[in-house]
Amino acid sequence: MIESGWSIVLSCPSLVYFIDTKMDDLIMMLESNKESLKLEAMKRIVGLIAKGKNAYELFPAVVKNVASKNIELKKLVYVYLVRYAEEQQDLALLSISTFQRALKDPNQLIRASALRVLSSIRVPIIVPIMMLAIKEAATDLSPYVRKTAAHAIQKLYSLDPDQKEHLIEVIEKLLKDKSTLVAGSVVMAFEEVCPDRIDLIHKNYRKLCNLLVDVEEWGQVVIIHMLTRYARTQFVSPWREDAVFDENSEKTFYDSEGRRVDQSKPYIMDPDHRLLLRNTKPLLQSRNTAVVMAVSQLYWHLAPKHELSIITKSLVRLLRSHREVQYIVLQNIATMSIQRKGMFEPFMKSFYVRSTDATHIKTLKLEILTNLANEANISTILRELQTYVKSQDKAFAAATIQAIGRCATNISEVTDTCLNGLVLLLSNRDETVVAESVVVIKKLLQTQPSQHSDIIKHMAKLFDSITVPMARASILWLMGEYCEHVPKNAPDVLRKMAKTFISEEDIVKLQTVNLAAKLYLSNSKQTKLLTQYILNLGKYDQNYDIRDRTRFIRQLIVPNEKSGALSRYARRILMAPKPAPVLQSAFKDRDRFQLGTLSHTLNSQSNGYLELSDWPAVAPDQSVRIVEVVELAGAPLLGKSKPGKSAEKFYSDSEEEEEEEGSSSEDSSSSSKSESESESEENSDDSNKSSSSESDSEKKKKTLKNKKLQQQKPDSKDRYCHDLALFLSQSHLFFLNKFLVVFKFNLRCIANVHYSKKKALLLFIMTKFFSIHIVLAFSNQFVANCRCSLLCLCVFLACQFDAVSWHVRVSLQASFPVFVPETSHELLHRMTGKGLSAQYRFTRQPCIYGNSMVSLQLTLSNSSDQALENIHISEKSSTGQNIHRFNAIERLEPQASVTVSMGVDFNDSTQAANFQLCVSIQPAVGELLLPITMTEADFTKEQGKLLGMNESSATITMTPENISSQSVNRKVVSVANLGVIPSSQENIHSVPRRCLNLTKPTFWNVIKKTNCS
Amino acid sequence: MIHSLFLINNAGDLFLEKHWKSVISRSVCDYFFEAREKAVEPDNVPPVIRTPHHYLINIYREKIFFVSVIQTEVPPLFVIEFLHRVAETFQDYFGECSETTIKDNVVIVYELLEEMLDNGFPLATESNILKELIRPPTILRSMVNTITGSSNVGETLPTGQLSNIPWRRAGVKYTNNEAYFDVVEEIDAILDKSGTTVFAEIQGVIDACVKLSGMPDLTLSFMNPRLLDDVSFHPCVRYKRWESERVISFIPPDGNFQLMSYHISAQNLVAIPIYVKQNISFFETGSSGRLDIAVGPKQTMGKTVECLVVTVHMPKVVLSANLSATQGTYNYDPVTKILLWDIGKLNPQKLPNLKGSLSLQSGAPKPEENPSLNIDLKIQQLAISGLKVNRLDMYGEKYKPFKGVKYVTKAGKFQQRLSEWLLVHTEV
Repeated sequence: MIESGWSIVLSCPSLVYFIDTKMDDLIMMLESNKESLKLEAMKRIVGLIAKGKNAYELFPAVVKNVASKNIELKKLVYVYLVRYAEEQQDLALLSISTFQRALKDPNQLIRASALRVLSSIRVPIIVPIMMLAIKEAATDLSPYVRKTAAHAIQKLYSLDPDQKEHLIEVIEKLLKDKSTLVAGSVVMAFEEVCPDRIDLIHKNYRKLCNLLVDVEEWGQVVIIHMLTRYARTQFVSPWREDAVFDENSEKTFYDSEGRRVDQSKPYIMDPDHRLLLRNTKPLLQSRNTAVVMAVSQLYWHLAPKHELSIITKSLVRLLRSHREVQYIVLQNIATMSIQRKGMFEPFMKSFYVRSTDATHIKTLKLEILTNLANEANISTILRELQTYVKSQDKAFAAATIQAIGRCATNISEVTDTCLNGLVLLLSNRDETVVAESVVVIKKLLQTQPSQHSDIIKHMAKLFDSITVPMARASILWLMGEYCEHVPKNAPDVLRKMAKTFISEEDIVKLQTVNLAAKLYLSNSKQTKLLTQYILNLGKYDQNYDIRDRTRFIRQLIVPNEKSGALSRYARRILMAPKPAPVLQSAFKDRDRFQLGTLSHTLNSQSNGYLELSDWPAVAPDQSVRIVEVVELAGAPLLGKSKPGKSAEKFYSDSEEEEEEEGSSSEDSSSSSKSESESESEENSDDSNKSSSSESDSEKKKKTLKNKKLQQQKPDSKDRYCHDLALFLSQSHLFFLNKFLVVFKFNLRCIANVHYSKKKALLLFIMTKFFSIHIVLAFSNQFVANCRCSLLCLCVFLACQFDAVSWHVRVSLQASFPVFVPETSHELLHRMTGKGLSAQYRFTRQPCIYGNSMVSLQLTLSNSSDQALENIHISEKSSTGQNIHRFNAIERLEPQASVTVSMGVDFNDSTQAANFQLCVSIQPAVGELLLPITMTEADFTKEQGKLLGMNESSATITMTPENISSQSVNRKVVSVANLGVIPSSQENIHSVPRRCLNLTKPTFWNVIKKTNCS
Repeated sequence: MIHSLFLINNAGDLFLEKHWKSVISRSVCDYFFEAREKAVEPDNVPPVIRTPHHYLINIYREKIFFVSVIQTEVPPLFVIEFLHRVAETFQDYFGECSETTIKDNVVIVYELLEEMLDNGFPLATESNILKELIRPPTILRSMVNTITGSSNVGETLPTGQLSNIPWRRAGVKYTNNEAYFDVVEEIDAILDKSGTTVFAEIQGVIDACVKLSGMPDLTLSFMNPRLLDDVSFHPCVRYKRWESERVISFIPPDGNFQLMSYHISAQNLVAIPIYVKQNISFFETGSSGRLDIAVGPKQTMGKTVECLVVTVHMPKVVLSANLSATQGTYNYDPVTKILLWDIGKLNPQKLPNLKGSLSLQSGAPKPEENPSLNIDLKIQQLAISGLKVNRLDMYGEKYKPFKGVKYVTKAGKFQQRLSEWLLVHTEV
């Protein structure tokens, strides 16, 4: 109610000043403590924005409410923020942290809306934050969040096109998504960011075709348009056999090609091509007109000609829709009907014009009717056209007359009838009708002038009553051109013109001069004086065109000594036979554009129009679209399934194991929450690869696997293996001394693997053993020959399953967390860190930042009395190791602490070994699962290398000797020193000089040290 | 895709703007105003207008122009369809889509537009989802909101958007479970002067109002499905079953929706329910004319024709009309030159008739134009095509719903071409 009162105030322009003072009120309201007042203020502000009024100065007051608990208030603040952030970039940054927090919210819709707003704020400075947020959201478990990520891709691209490469990576990932929710949005992003990267589509082509029916309608339109383009590059033309029906200019091209190919082999449609046509067909029944149009254009551009007819009915149905829909559909039908009359001929009556139609609809219908005209239906069409001539809409009547002219030239049987009809129209009282008739008759007469001298005479008689300049000019031209057919009338008309010359329009004057010249040449006796008179009038005309023309004509026709050779040819120049004009459709050349596009509607290329390529002469490799058939990760038939040779199989097996592991050791795990989180990360990653349904929740998956395990029960031997494996993996520490026995058993299993149908299960067990071996190896309990066997085993595995090394590694990593150490280690003492202390812990979780990374959890706390700002890891990493840094912590309040996670890629076993030694965290041995392939000899060798490699005496000397956790402390001291006295360190550790700020270098150095020291 | 949206009323006032990407100055609408002026009639404004840097795609509905700004290539129908969807959503929310209601509910309008598009790409257009996100205003709620300060924005987040059947929300519960279907058919026809059919076809829709608890799975079958020549369905309908069994199987959205639309082609004979005898003539001298229109039933299948209205677009020179009607009322608008005769119910015993004289602008020549006569009518309890619903079955839920089917026939674009008093005989 207050709302409406407000709008009254706003709509009165004299109260503008009043509104300005109201701004202060609004600020007051926004700063009050009452939610309802704030909400009311925001509603008024949105009202202002809607009206296009400036609410710019309220920004600081509004942005404060961004973290409000009230959902409506929050949404309205978002509206405001998105509208004005671009203009108030600095202030807008204040809101960013709120969104960053919300991005981690457990509720998917809050995550999605945070990403939506964050990516809508067009502030270039937050591009890296957006990029990170998009990358994370793209792997979110919720398809809704992933959809939002797809939208955000386009926003980021328009904000900063330099991010293209990174965005393409995200698009590639999202294209693999199996959710119908995501498909449309990601294809939209694809079209906007990298429409030329057709190679990204190959693997997803069949999936997109199959999902299409279930995608939401707007996504369908985008996908269909994209697939149309794709198909034109990948399949050969299906139009060869019936190229005869192809009436356009391409005919010869296809014809010749078709014949050539036909001789060699008949055309067989690619099954993928057929798949697309088959799966889009039901969409012709969609209620969404854009979808129907999209499918129609797909069929038009891709289907064999004889299958085209199915789109006709649907297109005609769309004509029942709104005026604007009709307009677009009629345009497309007009283009189609030029090439293929047969498609729409049975529906001719649907194009009959109603008096209530808008003018542009009428004109289009007329165009189509004219296109459809042939010998059989011309009488019906002409009868219909007659009624249109009398329309109240004069522009339409004129268009009808032109249409009649076109019918007359195209169908010779009716030329005479039409001409007679048009002559009768000359006596119409409406000037536009008469004028248009004259113009059309002129064109028609040009085709056969000799038979129609009586019509020309009739028009000469009408000349006095016609006032429309174009019509008068047309008659004059006819007189001049065919003056020999009307020898008596023409001079008379010229006489009349001489009288009225000065008051005529320019176009009429020009034609009068023409007529005079032509008569002078053919009948100079009668018209010589008249011509000279007119030429004299023209000489002094105001219009330079007419003066020029007069001068030219005079030189041409009146012989004198200066005129030279040209005047001898005057007759041949002026009276040359002229080709008859061809009356053709205005839609003739529209087919160069893809149907249904904006460019087609406007008949000119619009921004971002993507051209349809011609069919390739030879189809590109079809196999690119083949997706490896991946067995379901949770296939209930695992026990019976054939040995999986693919890497995925191996991967999913180990994943499954980890899954099961997680459930069994949950009680022992202190951080079960974070574990399950990363587990689900793994899940989503996995389900992208395998064909398991996205919507399956983690829980569901677990039950499925339990079920599967139960199914294995009947086979007692397998069950035994399995149980044993499980048992071993859980209690491996107690089995150290029994190791060799176990290993032998394991080897026997491997031997059996070759023959057993239960390979997958054994593999599972093997993996389990494998992980135990590794643990044992690094517990210094391992003898050399066993290690060799272990390596053999590893190689064997790699060969057997054709798995690349990272797969092995991932599987190992994934299978590991039988025991998660809870102890955390001090990285930086608060004293040395001048208040900042850091502790780190290995979470033993598969790293969410990358398969090859090790997860590290850092706890940073501030024990000083002032807030620390901008804590982050330096960009520069001298070791070349890939570290996934945590997001910079903007501010850490006194006595506060924050936990961040990061990932470190130890790349290579050697480097990881280094790391292990120098940090020498005893329980962390397991963290270094990756370097297993390293022998002890290597180990010491690297240790030796380290001395030579690292020239910083302070750090290095300490490293090999001291492996207690205290040494970490001492090292930290030295590192802290580095930060404090940068001048001495610069050469050695290449510490950037600018890092004088305490927090930055200390932290950076520490990490660097863990990597390389 | 869609960059910005401007709402402009018939008088040319821009009363709402919304931008989904960076702000575009409203001066871009000048190109639209130019086109609007050139077109004279609002219907004649071209739907796609090109400007140097943008493209304007507009629709005209309920006396409001929805003008969207586009910057790059996009299927124009995509935008047009979306704009119509916006208008329909407003209608759904506020009862009508007019300038006043939009201005009164500007905050809800803004919230809706925000949800419907993200970065110019449609996000949520399904009315069920939107209603969960933003509750439509009711008098009671706006009262409560004013007093308590609670909001229109849903606290819960829509589940529909995430499910496989986005059109239906979960946990629907009714005490009375009912499903009503309205079979509405419209006759599109062009008749010539003598009443002979030039062109006629039937367009039908089935509107449904389904208020059923839980997740019902409905199957609707027809007695004579072969009649249907061309159909289009709500996304909930399983197309495969229609293809194979000619039954409509679906999980319905909650509330009102259009289940399907169909077309019965011109090839089938279409019954024309009434005839119109008319004679409009103008005298060569005296600037006057005569009008005589009579209406009678033709093929009504024994039903009564109701809501009969005859509209004649008169030539421009006709100044006024002095007529007398035996039934109903007539009104001649000298500005739009439209004669409207509201007859009401057609009584077969006593046929209505409108007779009298027309006065023309003095000195003006006899008009040459071809006026046309549009007819509007309604016949209850009849589907003129003869389409009949056979049965409706429900699966998936245990209760017994109340079911009902209603038939209505209306005149769609029903037009009779008038007098040929100045016809040019071209002996074709």
